Amino acid sequence: MDYDLTEEQELFKQMVREFALEEIIPRAEEMDEEGEFPYDIITKMADLGLMGLPFPEEYGGSGADMVSFVIAPEEISRADASLGITMEAHTTLGSLPIYYEGTDEQKQKWLVPLAKGEMLGAFGLTEPEAGSDAGATRTTAELDGDEWVINGTKCFITNSGTEISKVVTITAVTGMTGDKKEISNILVPHGTPGFTVAPPYRKMGWHASDTHELSFNDCRVPRENLLGTRGGGFRCFLKVLDAGRVAIAALAVGLARACLEESVKYARERVQFGRPIGKFQGVSFKCADMFMEVELAREATLKAAWLADQDRPYSREAAVAKLFASETAMRAANDAVQIHGGYGYIEDYPVCRYFRDAKILEIGEGTSEVQRIILSRSLGL
Amino acid sequence: MQYGLTEEQKMLQESIRELVRDKVEPRSIEIDEEGEYPWDILELFKENEIMGLPFEEKYGGQGADLMTLCIVIEEIAKACVNSSLILGCQELGATPIKIAGSDEQKMKYLPPLASGEKLCAFGLTEPEAGSDAAAMKTRAVKKGDTYIMNGSKCFITNGGIAETYCVFAMTDPEKGVRGISAFIVEKGFPGFDFGKHENKMGIRGSVTRELLFDDCEVPAENLLGKEGRGFNLAMMTLDRTRSSIGAQGLGVAAGALEYTINYMKERVQFGRPIAALQGLQFMVADLGMQVEAARQLVYRSACMVDNQEPGFSGVSAMAKCFATDTAMKVTTDCVQLMGGYGYMKEYPMERMMRDAKITQIYEGTNQIQRVVIARQLLGKS
Repeated sequence: MDYDLTEEQELFKQMVREFALEEIIPRAEEMDEEGEFPYDIITKMADLGLMGLPFPEEYGGSGADMVSFVIAPEEISRADASLGITMEAHTTLGSLPIYYEGTDEQKQKWLVPLAKGEMLGAFGLTEPEAGSDAGATRTTAELDGDEWVINGTKCFITNSGTEISKVVTITAVTGMTGDKKEISNILVPHGTPGFTVAPPYRKMGWHASDTHELSFNDCRVPRENLLGTRGGGFRCFLKVLDAGRVAIAALAVGLARACLEESVKYARERVQFGRPIGKFQGVSFKCADMFMEVELAREATLKAAWLADQDRPYSREAAVAKLFASETAMRAANDAVQIHGGYGYIEDYPVCRYFRDAKILEIGEGTSEVQRIILSRSLGL
Repeated sequence: MQYGLTEEQKMLQESIRELVRDKVEPRSIEIDEEGEYPWDILELFKENEIMGLPFEEKYGGQGADLMTLCIVIEEIAKACVNSSLILGCQELGATPIKIAGSDEQKMKYLPPLASGEKLCAFGLTEPEAGSDAAAMKTRAVKKGDTYIMNGSKCFITNGGIAETYCVFAMTDPEKGVRGISAFIVEKGFPGFDFGKHENKMGIRGSVTRELLFDDCEVPAENLLGKEGRGFNLAMMTLDRTRSSIGAQGLGVAAGALEYTINYMKERVQFGRPIAALQGLQFMVADLGMQVEAARQLVYRSACMVDNQEPGFSGVSAMAKCFATDTAMKVTTDCVQLMGGYGYMKEYPMERMMRDAKITQIYEGTNQIQRVVIARQLLGKS
């Protein structure tokens, strides 16, 4: 059993870490304050091949395996979680459905520009009445001749309204089999009449991440925009969410690590009662626990990624990773603010942003409660 | 031990509850978004004689005890922590004068505070003197009939908008802690200015600002208590106000839980209200237990302070620490229970979570509270 990354993976990690240090960290505070989408940084990330890591080179990607891929969201999110989620959701939610189910034509048309980072990928699953109950889709797509006519609303969709957002894969009910909904995935290009993107949500954190409600009113797309088989939508999105879970776990590890590093740094430098506050066990024990949890979260994430690379079932391990890493990130962020005292509450300090950015990790891409349901079922309960 | 509120307290609680529901709660989201001091809420409190609650009748107040003040702060904080701070800070800034003021000082300064015509502030914290409050550097040197003050204070609530400041400064550096004295400094004294406005994660409707003393002239008759007794006065003040911060934490926790319970009864997923799911029911049960336990501790500590029972210091520290830790836990879990909507600024929950965090830090971090509690239980080691 080898716990080390390969030399190539180590070099990749160093490369992304340096990029994050030079290009992202100096901009993070401003991005959070302004809430503006950082197109220039995305372009630079695309140039480094970071927007299509797991896709084969023939589709414009880097051909990375899962273990190699998850290095990136950790390093990017260590610098800034908004950029982390932009990249992660684009790669997994936004692009994987097309990779898994697309025809060659669809892959050439959509996957290649997505993998190259020329377009930003988005996945329209969640609806106002279909959150954790993701199968309760109400959006409909009726076949009228050679076109799908789509009606419905999607909410909380990441990456769905930037200038480089060109297509969204949505789930829609395309029929009924008895009383069971037939759910299919359909590619809807931006600019299609009847497809409206609402102004961005105002969120607690992830300010530089682009999130919108989408409306479809008699929106017509060609029949060929069906992705995969009719009725195969649900199964496809479950598969996509498994992979997304591992990647977002890595994102959470990155955020938690940021909290740890800032806390240790501050605990060494801040002097009160004649010594660095890190010399007080009240503070050092918090850092010890934080370190332990970051390590465990990373190990759980790598294990799930490794299983995926072995082509073995990894749904359960993905749920463990996502659940543990996201809860770790929230605890770490809370403790990081606490260790910084009053300064941790001031927006000039990055731990303030980490706190606001952490909470959503326990909610998006399957709430912690949904992860617990997955685990319960995997135990036969 | 008398359990339960008196009839009078119950009536007051009900009337505050109605006022908050009708006039404060509707403003709560806006106050946070605007990030400005809610002068209209101050006016509302003045009209309803709320500002006068913690002041004796001879100074124009209602002569309410700490227990009553806690009940009122809890009710306000349920809807709006910013608004509860209006009253909380008035109590904090006035308490040193109530404890150590001469009759003349009390007659001069307390009535305008009781009517709410003037605001007050507590100037203790400095950049190098946070938890280690005794490490303060602000100096006050006596020259004839005046003390000349030099230095700065940071993170001062009401800085710039208060007229009356209780400021702690070193009058005899050789004596260390016993060389600290307290002063009443008025806005407008020569050499007294205000600095940086802090951009905070939460309680954005409160003003947090630096106080700057540059050869500030403080009349000798504004010495509060005896020279060298300032630190003691600061500690006695914080002992007394701990319960009220506990009440603030209790309020935001109780308010968050109530709001979330109502949401859970209406939100339908998987064919029924999410309140029907046992996983969530157990979360709510745990939160409910913690809120009730916090309430009992806060009320108990307030009663002990009112009756000057021995050990009130440690129990007040327990109340502050437990109730504010509860506030953090409850608001974080309530965002979780609300799912994606909990993270959006259209809903109050993310604000309550941001507001809760500071209560674990100010007026003595929860680490300092643990130092106080441990000392009481273990003796000084």
